[in-house]
Amino acid sequence: MAILETQELTYTYSVGTPFEKTAVDHVDLAIEEGEMIGVMGHTGSGKSTLIQHFNGLLKPTSGKILLDGKDIWEDKSKIRDVRFQVGLVFQYPEYQIFEETVYKDIAFGPKNMGLDDAEIKRRVLETAHDIGLSEELMERSPFELSGGQKRRVAIAGVMAMQPKVLILDEPTAGLDPAGRDKILEHIKAYHRRTKNTILIVSHSMEDIASFADKILVMSNSKLFCYDETVKVFARSKEISEIGLDVPQITKVFEKLKDRGLDFGKDVYTVEYAKNLLLKKLRGGTANC
Amino acid sequence: MMENIIEIKDLHFSYSSGDEKSEPKEVLKGIDLNIKKGEFVAVLGHNGSGKSTLAKHLNAILVPTSGKVIVDGIDTSDDSRLFDLRQRAGMVFQNPDNQIVSSIVEEDVAFALENLGVPYEEMRKRVDGALKAVNMYEYRLHSPSQLSGGQKQRVAIAGIIAMQPDCIILDEPTAMLDPQGRKEVMATIQRMNREQGITIVLITHYMDEAAKCGRVVVMDKGKIMLDDKPEKVFSQVEKLKAIGLDVPQVTELVWELRREGFDISPEIISEDECVEALYRIFQQEKRR
Repeated sequence: MAILETQELTYTYSVGTPFEKTAVDHVDLAIEEGEMIGVMGHTGSGKSTLIQHFNGLLKPTSGKILLDGKDIWEDKSKIRDVRFQVGLVFQYPEYQIFEETVYKDIAFGPKNMGLDDAEIKRRVLETAHDIGLSEELMERSPFELSGGQKRRVAIAGVMAMQPKVLILDEPTAGLDPAGRDKILEHIKAYHRRTKNTILIVSHSMEDIASFADKILVMSNSKLFCYDETVKVFARSKEISEIGLDVPQITKVFEKLKDRGLDFGKDVYTVEYAKNLLLKKLRGGTANC
Repeated sequence: MMENIIEIKDLHFSYSSGDEKSEPKEVLKGIDLNIKKGEFVAVLGHNGSGKSTLAKHLNAILVPTSGKVIVDGIDTSDDSRLFDLRQRAGMVFQNPDNQIVSSIVEEDVAFALENLGVPYEEMRKRVDGALKAVNMYEYRLHSPSQLSGGQKQRVAIAGIIAMQPDCIILDEPTAMLDPQGRKEVMATIQRMNREQGITIVLITHYMDEAAKCGRVVVMDKGKIMLDDKPEKVFSQVEKLKAIGLDVPQVTELVWELRREGFDISPEIISEDECVEALYRIFQQEKRR
């Protein structure tokens, strides 16, 4: 069964003013439990508005959002529970750190959920381990840490609530390549342990190619597609047309195709490109 | 011989920890770097390599602990010429929201000129010219709050151009932008360099941006590790990976193929070069 579902979800900003704009337009989605999903869309495509509906930060103008089969707005007083079940990590989450120790900052969410101290401790340490923060750091002030570490503390704070669905809005923005790979690795570790559903918003196709089972693409307030990673990359020409970037290597293979060298496959990682080329070159079947 | 616009001699810089007992932390450990008028230089390095600290020395936001930084003939430690220096070497920062001061685009661009006491007629001319140069003229009466990130960065660049600087330093200007915004900003910077001969120093995490520059300087642990043309720098794949940096996907593919014994130039950094080289290899195979 789908963990998260939208039915004809529509959201219009500033209704009745000259600035009226429909940011999400009749979106139908069904996200299965345990998937790791990449979310793409250029600025203004509606992707941020969409994800803010998933934990009830925005209320649809029309349409529904179902969590575990239940309409999240059916009982308004229960919306707080929805926020525990769907965790949202904003862009640059390190700006939202405020506690005096790393431990307290990660424990803040679980504490609000009313968990007992032993459970809080277990969750904080488990999550810290997933995200790559050593136990020695727990009593340090988060403000003494490096930028990358701070960001991991902030992400751990949401993970520790063990939401059924975790949404991260550009978790790697502004990091160097090593920091970026590290954060993605740690998110993957968390996913392996908890098997919870994860959505990651990213502008980098290279990054998305490295983790996503499925890709959700928004364009002009509409759902452009939601499908398996391979199938979405197969539409790289259309993806470029809606202003998104496809991996450089994909573009190279497209250009080769234009010149008559068709590999019959869509290529989006260097590893795959290498193997494909070697097979053709060494297999002696370069029929072009 | 073109003359140097930036001359850095044995630059050392330490941040004091604010605590008398602990040692100040040395971030720059002896930098020697000359940049000629009209050059387009990218500075790469992982977080903490010292690249932003270096950038901040170029318009005297920081001054050397020891050594010298001369920009356009002005010693950056000379307080009496600070304003003169900042007029000639302008800086654009990472976060577009932190550098916009006015509620109307053209007023924001005029801000520095007003401070400099430029006469109205001249100011009008320069503001219009700068906005046209970054393709934001039609937005001159808009509020910056309604612009996209890429548009805001272009307004910030216009504010610098209006001062008619000889040199612009950009500290990760595209880190917070989406692919479309990144393209707009990169195209603007390239045009400034090409058409107005403005010297550009671009601090970036994006290898594809660095690949478009005339020269790439790689920083590691407070020192300059590599300084050469982009194709020469990126061909050193192992060295770059060892310090946590990436190379463009095409360079990595070519490097992998070379390791497998194929005769292909290591100095490939663009899609087209890669397409060309792969095409040639297949042609040779066919003949065999």
